[in-house]
Parts: sequence; structure tokens; C-alpha cells
Amino acid sequence: MPDITYISPDGTSTTLEARLGDSVMEVAVKHGVEGIVAECGGACSCATCHVYVDEAFTDRVGGAGDLEDDMLDGAAAERLPNSRLSCQIKMRDELDGLLVRIAPEQL
Amino acid sequence: MDDILIIGAGQAGMQLAVSLRDLGFTGPITLSGSEASGPYQRPPLSKAYLSGEADVETLELRAPSFYDDKHITLRCDDAVVAVEFTGERGVATTASGARIEFAQLALTPGSEPRRLQIEGGDLDGVLYLRDLSDADELKGRWDAAANVVVIGGGFIGLEVAAAARKAGKAVTVLEAADRLIARAVSPITSEFYRQAHRRRGTDVRLDARIARLVGETAVAGVELEDGELIPADLVLIGIGVVPRSGLAEQLGLELSGGAIVVDEFARTSDPRIVAAGDAVLLPHPLGGEGRVRLESVQNAVDQAKVAAATLIGKLEPYRAVPWFWSDQADLKLQIAGLSSGFDEAVLRGNPDDEHFSVLYYRDGQLIAIDSVNDAPDYMAVRRALGQNATIPADQAPDTSRPLKSLVVPSPA
Ligand SMILES: Cc1cc2nc3c(=O)[nH]c(=O)nc-3n(C[C@H](O)[C@H](O)[C@H](O)COP(=O)(O)OP(=O)(O)OC[C@H]3O[C@@H](n4cnc5c(N)ncnc54)[C@H](O)[C@@H]3O)c2cc1C
Ligand code: FES
Repeated sequence: MPDITYISPDGTSTTLEARLGDSVMEVAVKHGVEGIVAECGGACSCATCHVYVDEAFTDRVGGAGDLEDDMLDGAAAERLPNSRLSCQIKMRDELDGLLVRIAPEQL
Repeated sequence: MDDILIIGAGQAGMQLAVSLRDLGFTGPITLSGSEASGPYQRPPLSKAYLSGEADVETLELRAPSFYDDKHITLRCDDAVVAVEFTGERGVATTASGARIEFAQLALTPGSEPRRLQIEGGDLDGVLYLRDLSDADELKGRWDAAANVVVIGGGFIGLEVAAAARKAGKAVTVLEAADRLIARAVSPITSEFYRQAHRRRGTDVRLDARIARLVGETAVAGVELEDGELIPADLVLIGIGVVPRSGLAEQLGLELSGGAIVVDEFARTSDPRIVAAGDAVLLPHPLGGEGRVRLESVQNAVDQAKVAAATLIGKLEPYRAVPWFWSDQADLKLQIAGLSSGFDEAVLRGNPDDEHFSVLYYRDGQLIAIDSVNDAPDYMAVRRALGQNATIPADQAPDTSRPLKSLVVPSPA
């Protein structure tokens, strides 16, 4: 099972194991990682699960889809080239060790 | 001891428990549920879960270990059947006979599907959709079903209809009113959905008059008053919900239309008891007139946060922009604000492109938006409403300019 490391806005780091196919948002929320709000539960409707993907993984993770791209424009924190909505990143083996920084504001 | 009991382990109950901890409450919390599983998300039941894209574990709102970590006692599969206060303390009794004592109480029992009183309504294959168990029953019959009839053209009915069409079934939607989703959207959006479902091959009947459901033991069809028989091996009824207010009634709380009446701090008529979620009637959350009942994840979550704060003595009025979404086929509807009471609806974009928005105004002030496949418009309005801003109605149709560039402060 692939690992994901989350860096919260206050600097806390949490590493969790994901099931294949789980989203990066889901794994965080289910274990109470601070900073990912995920109001819509992964429907790509709230933009409150905003993360910055570590440079080492951006290629493997890929870019945002159309709807996600639009939603990211409305995210509360600054949008950067490595911004993604974590509910739209599904875990695969090749993402093992994924590092994401949680956006400082979600609402 | 300041122990808290939360009755109803759903979207609102779970949030209430978590928010109590986030706010620093360290006393005992019991979260009591009547379903076999812990708190889970309902929206995917008519969407990804039905189509097989999400499984039970995906639906869980929190991992089982989370409740232990937070010292939240989760009691599943054992409904509270009686509850009372004697003096300062209260006690609840569950179906299995357990007694749970508490100092403070939160009610988050949700709602249940309104039942259709009709001949044949109890035939095998006539289903409702609220709980995971309902969804599992629906899924169990899904593959074998060739002819699906959906009674009720609201969100849940239309989502199931879209999923059934996608799975190649013959689908008929029977709506008693003269338009779809009449309670939540304007005629423009209703008409769009009628056409969009028809384009996808669903037979949508408005002003439908159903005489009875027919079949031996299993349902075989739906007979209309004019005698027409629509074949059906699966009938899904989605004609709205009724709040679960039995316990509130036992406690002597004020109810209105079956819903638990709360103030802007989520307090019921007994100040020791808070309530949140689908089961309550609350003051308009954007300061508008009247009281509303909101059946949405957003409301369950935001109101639960207010209720948690109230329980620990921090009174913070509920102010939030209501929002909602519905996924039907490849159509993503996003709603922000409450359009009820609008006196002007402005169309932006072209419904025939399946990419447009309707902005609602009252006395010239923007109050809500329905967006179909247009997230930027939706986000612009959601933010504007949260900042007490507006968008001039005469400029809103101009799709050459992004909606967010048209936002201006509301006149005082
Ligand atoms: C199929 C479906 C699709 C939906 N889609 C969307 C959507 O796309 N977007 C959206 O915003 N909303 C959607 N909703 C609505 C949303 O799920 C609800 O508004 C939300 O779940 C309400 O939260 P709640 O906590 O009030 O109620 P619930 O989540 O229903 O939780 C209440 C819980 O309390 C339990 N309970 C009741 N009485 C007792 C008792 N006496 N003792 C113990 N436990 C008790 C119930 O069994 C239930 O588990 C959908 C709902 C359904 C059913
Ligand atoms: S959880 Fe709502 S957009 Fe990701």
C-alpha cells in the first residue's frame, strides 16, 4: 500500500498508508489530518481540499482536469503551478511516498 | 460531569462530535447511531456508489480508529428509543436496552423518505433511497433490471434515472408537478433538465397521475390514471423526505411541519438541547426572511459546528452561504445561495450548450445561482454572497467577461 506524507500549514508532518484507488483527500480526512476540509466529500464541488504537490511528484501526479481547473481558480489560498484538489488525485503504486503541502487556507 | 450525547451518527452528528474536540471540549462524547455502519456520506449513494465507482470504505466519513483517537464513543446499530431529562441530567434508552446518561444533548437524526401511499406500494422491487442498506438493495437488483421507473423528479430521482440510463436501462421519470426539481430551482433550470434527460433517452413525464403499481409479488409496471401501463421491474420512489422528530416530540420540543425548530445558535426550544442537519427548521442562514429547512451536506456540517460551539458556551450565530451540488450524467449542477422568493432570474450562457448559469435576484440584490457545468460562475457567486457583494443583473448575461470580474459591493 502506497504512503502519502502531508505537511500541514503549521509544519506538522503526517505519513499515512493509502489503499490503491483512495484519493489523497480521503486518506487525510479519515485520519483527521488538519487543514484538509473537503466539504463536498470529493465531488470536486468545494475546492476546500487544496494541496501543493511536491516538485518530485508533479509529473507523476499530472495536472488538473477541466472541472478541477475551474474550481482551483476559486480556491481560498494562492493557486500555484503545483496546486491540485486532493480529492482528484487517486493513489497508484507509482505515487508511493507522495509528498503534499496543505494549502494555508481552504475556506 | 459534562458528558454530551449526540443522537444520530450521520453527517451532522459526526461533525458535531469532531467540532467539540476541535473546540477543546475534553469531556465524554457518545455518538449514537441506528445504522450498522459508522457515519458515512450519503451523496454518492445515488451517484458513484450506484455506478460502482465507490465502495463502502470510500463512503466512510472517518476511519474507525479516528473515533478512538478522539475519545468519541461511537455506538452503532442501536437506536435511541426514549430520552428524557430529570432535573439536571438526562438519560436515553436504546433499542437493546442500554442506558446512556448525559448532561447535554444534541439531536441530529436526519430525515427519512416520504412514503408514497398507493396501491401496490409494498410490492417487491419498489424501493426508496436514503441509507446504505437501501443503496445495497438497489444495487442488488440493478443488473437484472431492464425497465426502471422513477417516481419523483427531484435530485435523488434524477440522479438514479441518469445512472440507470447510463447502464443502458429503459427509464421513465414520473413527476406529479408541472416541472422537475420544482422545490429547489427556477423554471429555466427545470426545463433544461427535462430536455437534457430526454436527450439522453429518458422518458420524462410531467403532471403524471399514477393510479397504482401493478404486479403479483414483484412489481411489473406502473399504471397511470389514463390507463397507460409503463412496464417496470424496478421502481425508485424519491418524493422528498420527512424530518425524524420522534425523540424531539418526546422531549416536548417545539416542532413545525414535523421539523425541530432551532434558533441561529442551533438551540431548540429547550436551551439544553441543540439540533442540526436535515431534521431542523432554522432561521435563514444569510439573514433573509423566514425559516428554512435545508437538506444538504453543507448545512449539516456548518450547523453542526454552530451547535458544538453553543454546547460549550460559545454563542456564534449561524451565517453561511448555502450550497449544494447534483451530478446527473455528465451534468454538474452547483447551487449557491437560496433562490426561494426571487423576483428576477437572469440567464447567462445557453442551456442548449449544457453550459450555463441562472442568477437569482430579489429587489435587485443577488441571492443565488444555479450553474450547470460552469464552476467559475458558481464560485464567483458563492464568494460574492459570502462577502455581501452582488453582480448587477444587467451585466450578468455578458459571457465575454468572467462573472467574478463583475462583482461589486452590495449597496448598503
Ligand atoms: C441518495 C442521497 C443523495 C444525496 N445527495 C446530496 C448531494 O449531492 N449534495 C448534498 O449536499 N446533499 C445530498 N444529500 C443530502 C445529505 O446527505 C443530507 O442532507 C445529510 O446527510 C444530512 O445530514 P444529517 O446528519 O442531518 O442526517 P443523516 O446523514 O441522515 O444522519 C442521521 C443519522 O441519524 C440516525 N438516527 C436517526 N434516529 C436515530 C435514533 N433515534 N437513534 C440513533 N440514531 C438515529 C440515522 O439512522 C442516520 O444515520 C443526499 C442524500 C441522499 C439520501
Ligand atoms: S473535497 Fe470538495 S473539491 Fe475536493
